[in-house]
Amino acid sequence: MSTSLTDHDRALLAGEHGEAPRMAMSILTRMAEVQGAEALLDITQAHIDSALYMGDATLEYAERLAGLGAHVVVPTTLNVAGVDPHDWERWAVPPEWAAKARRQMEAYQGMGCTPSWTCAPYQTEARPEFGQQIAWGESSAIVFANSVLGARTERYPDLLDICAAITGRVPAVGLHLDENRRGRVLFRLGDIPSSLQRDDALYPVLGHWIGSVAGHRVPVLDGFEAAPTEDQLKAMGAAMASSGAVALFHAVGVTPEAPTLDAAFHGGRPSEVIAVTMDLLRSARADLHTAGGDALDMVVLGSPHFSLEEFRTLAPLLEGAERHPDVRFLVTCGRAVKLIAEKAGLLGPLERFGGEVTVDTCILTTPMLAAETRVLMTNSAKYAYYTPGLLRRAMAFGSTVDCVRSAIEGRVTRDDSAWT
Amino acid sequence: MDVTAGTAFVLEGHALVAGEAAGQLLVASEPLSFWGGYDSDTGEIIDRRHALSGLNANGRILAIPSTRGSSTTSAVLLEAIRAGKAPAAILTSEVDAFLALASIVAGEMYQSALPVVALRPEDFSRLRSGVRATVERSGRVRVGVGPV
Repeated sequence: MSTSLTDHDRALLAGEHGEAPRMAMSILTRMAEVQGAEALLDITQAHIDSALYMGDATLEYAERLAGLGAHVVVPTTLNVAGVDPHDWERWAVPPEWAAKARRQMEAYQGMGCTPSWTCAPYQTEARPEFGQQIAWGESSAIVFANSVLGARTERYPDLLDICAAITGRVPAVGLHLDENRRGRVLFRLGDIPSSLQRDDALYPVLGHWIGSVAGHRVPVLDGFEAAPTEDQLKAMGAAMASSGAVALFHAVGVTPEAPTLDAAFHGGRPSEVIAVTMDLLRSARADLHTAGGDALDMVVLGSPHFSLEEFRTLAPLLEGAERHPDVRFLVTCGRAVKLIAEKAGLLGPLERFGGEVTVDTCILTTPMLAAETRVLMTNSAKYAYYTPGLLRRAMAFGSTVDCVRSAIEGRVTRDDSAWT
Repeated sequence: MDVTAGTAFVLEGHALVAGEAAGQLLVASEPLSFWGGYDSDTGEIIDRRHALSGLNANGRILAIPSTRGSSTTSAVLLEAIRAGKAPAAILTSEVDAFLALASIVAGEMYQSALPVVALRPEDFSRLRSGVRATVERSGRVRVGVGPV
């Protein structure tokens, strides 16, 4: 099967608009063939994960494109970088890594991308609208854009996202198209008590379990007693996109494409119906907790990046307290949210507590942790999922309150009462 | 000596990125995210929740149903290709764009694309770790042939 191209697509492919658009269109059209796309379609916004320095290959790719004069043709934000250029020296980041990661950042900024440097671009003004066709990288942002905002993006991998931004074109496949946005598997939440439904701690655990069961299928969640907050949906979606390849979920009565159960399934029927039980959630929570004893070196919050609301919730928990001298306390967020949080007076309590903020990156994407930082604790399923493999460190998993209390006491402590 | 000759068989796959390769199969029935799952400096599978955790895929023919999760998977595979620590080829049971992309870009950047072949799920389920296989440009996979 062959993808049909417009005259403009063919001109780009022939190099009539320069070598960078030619290279981008060459990669895009080969991907369109792989994916069986009948045509390409226009996108009006992009979010780029490719700027994350992973090694010499990603840097060479960035500098190849930049050297060819690449320039984005749609509004384009940047995901986390390989370094926080503001204060990487305070951490264990090797200078050579920092230098190369900065070169990669500069290459993408030079292509005309907005230096947002966050995995949560929807917390900035670059918040796509319902139905808008976009090309986003970053799995947690993709699932948020599709599910919570009703924008339309496929899962754009690194390397391809920038090709979309340079050409404004993508293969017309997957979640860009109506028929693929239909719910496939139904999860009933009836067994989850109201108290736990109101608790932030539920959402990463629920997402972790649903992702592992749903895989590539679009999950539909039914039985929310009240609409979860945006941050709860953010945490749940990020968890689903870590343990599974979920890029879209529907929550009946909550998310914009699921006003009713029937709408979520486009009038069809689920291929499977699964009741979410407390037993399943308890085992999912245990699966996220990879720390053995109660030793603790560092607490880290903010994957996906901490929002202004999360800073607002955290501040009173820290007021009047101080972290244990042996436990670092870190929040990772975007530079714009940090600025707003500062103006809102929300960073004072964090600083007095002895906490720190890292922007533009996170513990998973820059080698910032010292060798002696062996056991961490988080409230994020995404941090908990990836830390053992990527950082070869144990991660305790708890609620935000558990994390703060553990930082004060200097040891991992968790309140299990909501889960019994 | 070809100890698997008795079980040799041929599968007709769909070459997402065409190429030739030979090596021992390393097979998993669950998806793998390369980000957090594959060490591009060594070829080791590092996802501690994965069935292949601790095994090395460098030079092997890696068979996984698909990737999962992170959109950084393609970058990790590109790094592995550049470092010479990639699998010899990758077989999947569905069209996986993330893997194909890394190989297409490696072809563009380094003129060294990695064969990526999608098999029918019923064919994929016949693959076993440790068995030798060859991948042909057409997408044909010969299993249990050649020296072990």
